[in-house]
Parts: sequence; C-alpha cells; structure tokens
Amino acid sequence: MSLGGAAVVLERDLLNYRRTWRGSLIVSFISPVLFLAAMGLGLGSLISHGQHRLVEGVPYLDYLAPGLLAATAMQTAALESMYPILAKMMWDKIYDSILATPVQVREVFLGEIAWLVVRVAIVTVAFFAVMVLFSAVHSPLGLLAVPLTILTGLAFGAPFFAYTANQRNDTGFAALNRFVVIPLFLLAGTFFPIANLPLVFQVFAWVTPLAHGVALVRAATLASPIAPLAAAVHLTVLLGYSGVGIGLGLRGFERRLRE
Amino acid sequence: MEAVQTPSRSLIHARGLVKRFGSFTAVDGIDFDVEPGEAFGFLGPNGAGKTSTMRMIGCVSPVSGGSLRVLGMDPAVDGARIRARLGVVPQADTLDLEISVEDNLFIYGRFFGLSRARARQRARELLEFVQLTDRARDDVEPLSGGMKRRLVIARGLVNEPDLLLLDEPTTGLDPQARHLVWDRLYRLKQRGVSQVLTTHYMDEAEQLCDRLVVMDKGRIVAAGSPRELIDRYSTREVLELRFPADARISLDGLPDGLAERVEVLPDRVLLYTADGEAAIAGVHQRGLVPVSSLIRRSTLEDVFLRLTGRSLVD
Repeated sequence: MSLGGAAVVLERDLLNYRRTWRGSLIVSFISPVLFLAAMGLGLGSLISHGQHRLVEGVPYLDYLAPGLLAATAMQTAALESMYPILAKMMWDKIYDSILATPVQVREVFLGEIAWLVVRVAIVTVAFFAVMVLFSAVHSPLGLLAVPLTILTGLAFGAPFFAYTANQRNDTGFAALNRFVVIPLFLLAGTFFPIANLPLVFQVFAWVTPLAHGVALVRAATLASPIAPLAAAVHLTVLLGYSGVGIGLGLRGFERRLRE
Repeated sequence: MEAVQTPSRSLIHARGLVKRFGSFTAVDGIDFDVEPGEAFGFLGPNGAGKTSTMRMIGCVSPVSGGSLRVLGMDPAVDGARIRARLGVVPQADTLDLEISVEDNLFIYGRFFGLSRARARQRARELLEFVQLTDRARDDVEPLSGGMKRRLVIARGLVNEPDLLLLDEPTTGLDPQARHLVWDRLYRLKQRGVSQVLTTHYMDEAEQLCDRLVVMDKGRIVAAGSPRELIDRYSTREVLELRFPADARISLDGLPDGLAERVEVLPDRVLLYTADGEAAIAGVHQRGLVPVSSLIRRSTLEDVFLRLTGRSLVD
C-alpha cells in the first residue's frame, strides 16, 4: 500500500499555509495571552485571593490554562475538519483533480489527517510557550501536555472528518458547533471541575473526548498525581475516538469521492 | 482504411461500454477504438453521455457494463497505473485557488511523483507553453476564463501524458480565447500527443478531430472523420432561408428538383443541395420571397440534425 501521495497532499496544505502562516501564528500566540490575562489573572483575582485558593491548591490561572489548551486543540480541529474539507470535496473540487492523478482516496484522507495533526501541533506549541511565560507549567514533565493535547485534537478532528464527508451543504457545521463544540468548551472541565455540574452535564462531558483530554493535560502541567487507572481510561477514550474516527472518516471519504 | 487493429495497439478499446446511475443509463453500450497519435472526438448535446464516458476512461468512475481497456490495461484493476499516463482537462476548471498559478502546476507534478526540482522545472516549461509565465506568482482567481483554461491544460500535461483527455475544452470561452486554446492543442497533436475530447461545438470538432463519434442519448449514432460524416449524411452546400414571421409559406414540393432534403426549423428553412445557387434561383422562380438567404458549406451541425432530428445547441 503506497502512501507517497499522502505526503504530497500534506505538502499541498503546507504550500497553502505558507501564504498565511505569519498571521496565523501571531493569532496562535495572542489568543492564549488574552485568555490567560483576562480569565486567569482578571477573573481569577475574584475567585482566589489571599490564602484562599479555588481548586487543587493552585492559582486559578494555572488551573485554567491546561483546560484552555485542550479546548483550543478541539476548536482548531473543528475549524480544520469542516469548511476547508468540504470546500476541497465539493465547492472547489480540489480532491477531484487530485484523484485524476495516481493518488488514491486513502492517501488524500491520510494526508489531510497529517495536516490536521501538524496544524493542531503548531497551535499547541504556541499555547504551551505562552503557558511557560505565565509560569503555569509546574514541572518539565509538563511537556507531556503537548502530545496529549495533539491527541485530543485528533480525537475530535478524525470523527469530524467522517461527519464532513456526509455533508451536502454547510448547515450541519453550525449544528455541530452549537451542540457539541461550544457546550464542551463551556462544560468539559475547562473552567471549573466537572463534578460541580448537574449529573446530565457530567455524563455529556465524560462520554466525549474533551474532558478526558483536559484531565490528562492538567495533570501533566500541574504535575499533580493521577491514578494510573484514570489515566488509562482517559487515554483509551482519546485513542478510541481517534481510531474509530479515522476508520469512519476513511470510509466516508471513499464513499463520497468514488461517486 | 487500415485493417482492423488489435486491441492491444489501441490506446482505448471499448466494447458494449455501459454507465448506469441507479436506474438511469448514461452510456448505453458503445464501441470505439482510439489509435495512437490521433485526436478523437465525442460530439453530442449536453446529456448525451460524453462526460460519463470520459470519466470511465479517466479511471475515476467505475464501468457498469461491457469492456474497457485504456493503454492496454483494465481501469478496474490498474486505475492508478493508467492515471499515471493520462492527462485530464476536466469540464470545470478545478484549479487550486489557495496556491499560486505556478504552484498549481508544481504540486500537480508532485502528485504524479515528480521530484521537487523536476516538478518546478516542468511547471516553468508549461507556463511558457501556455503563455502564462508573467502570471506565475499570481493567484488563480483573477485570471480570465481563457487563462484558467490554459492553466488547466498545462496542468494536464505535467506528467507528459501518452493520452490527453479534454472535456469540453473551450466551452464558455470567447472566440479569441478559443482560438488560442485550439492553437495549443494543435501543437500538442503535432508533437504526437494523442487526444480524446468532447464537445458540443461543431467547429471545434472539425478543427481538432481526426475522427469522431456522434453521441445521442447514450448511444453512438455515427462515426467517421468530419469530412466523411458530412459527405455521408449531408450535401455539399446548404441554402438557409428566412421568411417573414407571419408568412404562410407552402413548402410542399420544394425539394423536387431543388434540394435533396429540407429541414424546417423554428427560425429558418434549410435546403440541402449540391448547388446552392441553382436552389435559390429555383426558390425565386416559384414565387417565394425569403427575407434573407445564405449559401454555406455543410457542417457537422447538419450531420447532427440529420441523425437526430434536433439541433445540437438550443
């Protein structure tokens, strides 16, 4: 099974990125600075003052930052896996022209998955660097947060690819954003412990990948102990969503592009 | 004419070729062969099955029935190997709007497995060939329709294909842009690049094709060179007459002695004859006074009208 075509599909995405990387990278730095300053320092000063600290014995900014990091990976994955993919599939027909060459559908899919990972990695590293500047990373082991965050992005991006492959127009994207991405951003442990929520929201949070990503990333940057069993469950959920998403996405691409 | 060629020498060999979409049959059992070095055309109105046929040849749409060999191989088995040797110019431009004009050619070369250096070199050669060198670094979007078409043709040549597939190469272009495209295609043919093209323009088929088949409703209704088809299905000359809109003209008996055949179209009457001058004299002799009259050579348009009873472009 030849995968050389996947590398060229990635190369094409990098050519496109080369045109916009400066602006895109600046945003990747500014956005976490704004969030951490406003919510971590500003809002955090209302929540924790003096010796009274909110959660897990750390300043609110340090608690918030890993949650936002994982949530940013989710949002980046959502951005990259919806409109740009449907455009290449349906509106600009870029995939049609690629598939007139020896490149196969699976190579197109895997190339786009590779680009998704690269894109999430860029955003993750920028965010992580800002966290270091804000002293929100408590141990060198915090570096583990980078691959864990990228995995969280993949756990969303891969199933979203499968979803996009079944869309005939863009109305489904608004629904996915409104009913999955935004609620998870608010409820999946980014801003406060999930245990504070009513049970129905807790269930919603734990059956989707973000809460698991947040839990792992937070344990990494705060260097807080985590039960091996819990860590294994979190990791399994993220890997499961990624693996099943890749399988379904590949099938979706094959069906859609072989019409 | 040569003796029947063996299938293995033909670039394309199709027998009883069928394409179905659900219960709709787009291509209904067609036979044809395309030989090395020739320009072969599919002529027909929209919906005749031309594009479906092209997509099967291009190995992007599976065959529903019959047999198809492209470059001696089976598209169902060797799709990628066949595509490696084809150049495709699709009906819609499908250019990559997110990267520059030159990068469109560069990355396409990469999809065919060219090295970066070779793909870059090839992109520059082809920009030269289609006269777009000065637009190399520009975006694709602001290019004119004719420029985009030339860029798509250049893209189809990036792998130095043995066979170029062109689906309606000049549809939607103004006359000047069309002639520029035709000129480039003619040069390619002189270099020995075989071409298969679809068109619903008669003049395009006459300009570009050595041999063509006329398609209608998924079937081939005639085959031959443009000249042969005109000789076989039409007359040397055509007399076109226009009458006042409200005139009640009796055309009964008009063919007698004047024309081999008469076609009455909504806006004009066509008389098929070997001698247009004699025919117009005869029309006047019978006391008919057309608003205008025109004597012209027969074209493939007339062939199509004869074969199907319908005009090609409505």
